[in-house]
Amino acid sequence: MQGPESKGLEVRGLSKHFGGLTVSENIDLDLPPGARKALIGPNGAGKSTFANLVTGILPPSSGTIRFDGEDISALNEPARVRRGIAKTFQITTLFPSLSVRENIRMPVIERKRLGYSMLRAANGDAGTEAEVQTLIDQFELGPLAERPVDSLAYGQQRLVEMALTLALKPRVLILDEPAAGVPSSETHLIVEAIERLPKDLAVLVIEHDMDLVFRVANSIIVLVAGQILTEGTPQQIAGDARVRELYLGGAHG
Amino acid sequence: MGRFVPLILLAVAVGLYFLLPYNLAFLTRILIMVLLVLSLDLVLGYAGIATLGQAAMYGAGAYAAGLFAIHVWADPLAGLVAGAVAGAILALVSGLVILRAQGLTVIMLTIAVAQICAEIANRARDITGGADGLRGIRMDPVLGLFEFDFVGQVGYWYALIVVAVIFCFLMVLGRSSFGLSLRGIHESPARMGAIGVSVYWRRVAAYTIGGAIAGIAGALTAQITQLVSLETFAFVLSAEALIMLILGGTGRLYGAAIGTFVFMWAHHTAASNDPFNWLFVIGAMVLAVVFLLPKGLISMPAALTQIFKGGRDAGT
Repeated sequence: MQGPESKGLEVRGLSKHFGGLTVSENIDLDLPPGARKALIGPNGAGKSTFANLVTGILPPSSGTIRFDGEDISALNEPARVRRGIAKTFQITTLFPSLSVRENIRMPVIERKRLGYSMLRAANGDAGTEAEVQTLIDQFELGPLAERPVDSLAYGQQRLVEMALTLALKPRVLILDEPAAGVPSSETHLIVEAIERLPKDLAVLVIEHDMDLVFRVANSIIVLVAGQILTEGTPQQIAGDARVRELYLGGAHG
Repeated sequence: MGRFVPLILLAVAVGLYFLLPYNLAFLTRILIMVLLVLSLDLVLGYAGIATLGQAAMYGAGAYAAGLFAIHVWADPLAGLVAGAVAGAILALVSGLVILRAQGLTVIMLTIAVAQICAEIANRARDITGGADGLRGIRMDPVLGLFEFDFVGQVGYWYALIVVAVIFCFLMVLGRSSFGLSLRGIHESPARMGAIGVSVYWRRVAAYTIGGAIAGIAGALTAQITQLVSLETFAFVLSAEALIMLILGGTGRLYGAAIGTFVFMWAHHTAASNDPFNWLFVIGAMVLAVVFLLPKGLISMPAALTQIFKGGRDAGT
């Protein structure tokens, strides 16, 4: 089914109910290669649920998710990761006592399907080590590489989080609140890291920090009560009266 | 420093042979127990699977090796393979079910599996000898050269070499990609799923390998004592193995060896000095270690360094 041009991720009519509670309703979303989209919305709008539906952590109640034309709605999380759909966590979920280098080595090993290799040392593969070093350099983590990640500042941990996810060589990357909990003095690190992501990677940023969203996304989707309210360029969204009300009138009223 | 510890342990094991030539049966029991606790370290210390039923695979290996020697072939090494296969199969089959569960349920299920095995061995009298135990095991010489003797010299060397080989295998495994992934699962299963790992299958693999090693430990018991009893499945055995591992320290392999040695030595000494109150000594020792050295005896050098330097995080 895979055509000469990759179609990326296509979500159609995606819904999720928990009992009688609808958290996602009839969501359509396209994420072609190179996309830089952001998903915003008030607390409880169903942003994280949507991310979990796309990555396969939650099964959808109805609707389809296609990736390069293939229906992946029924696949579990590991299977989707192997096809190239990856997500960073809202709350940093690293391997706390392992070093930065070991943290980043882990996904490289798994992507290369070496996870069941029992007799060769984990750091014994030159190709893997070179790749790990490249990621460490890309995120400027060199001086911290041998330190356990739980000894790092939170902003640095967020960078490890992104490096770890990028090590999977994903084609679709979902960043779930990449700047959550990061002091504003360190937010620029996150923005710069997002700007340095590979150009053909499809990126969806879920974020509260409007400043960050406007700097990294060229298309913004507004989610309210599980439904898409509107989608448009940052200028359109900034000028939309309903969105202004949500963020200025409603929230601070 | 850690890399020299296995060599020191090996030297101690060789030295004890010459120091205590009349206690070889006891020393051999320690070696076999070290192997069981090592298998537990792989399952619990590395893969993070909470189990109180490691004796199930130990018992399966013991009965398999005993029956294999009686009915098929009395070669010791072939018997070890039989024990490993039995332990691995039991771990695989039970692990497929057990590892679907989480937390306390896992512990309960591991206990249940060992109990079921004990009951099967008890009921199948015609095959296993039931409560009388499996008797009549007569082993051929090891490699056709070394006959098992009354004093237990051959038994001791045989067990020591088997334990050393498996210790080395586990050291290699711990540093491999597979070992790293087990540490990853231990620290953050959610993240392992997010990097494309089926945590379930990875755990099943670790549990199966642990089962094979426990099976080898059981096979050694059967071959060296020439008897297999229902006690090989006992809950107490699983529980003591866990205490020994926690005493020594998890996830380091040599912690398993040190914990087992200290526990069994203390047990032996206390029980022979005071047959009525020895449990008190064991209990006090475990309490002291858990409170003062939460990471086990292997963390004692670091703790002492800290006390004498008087500083915090000296040198990191």
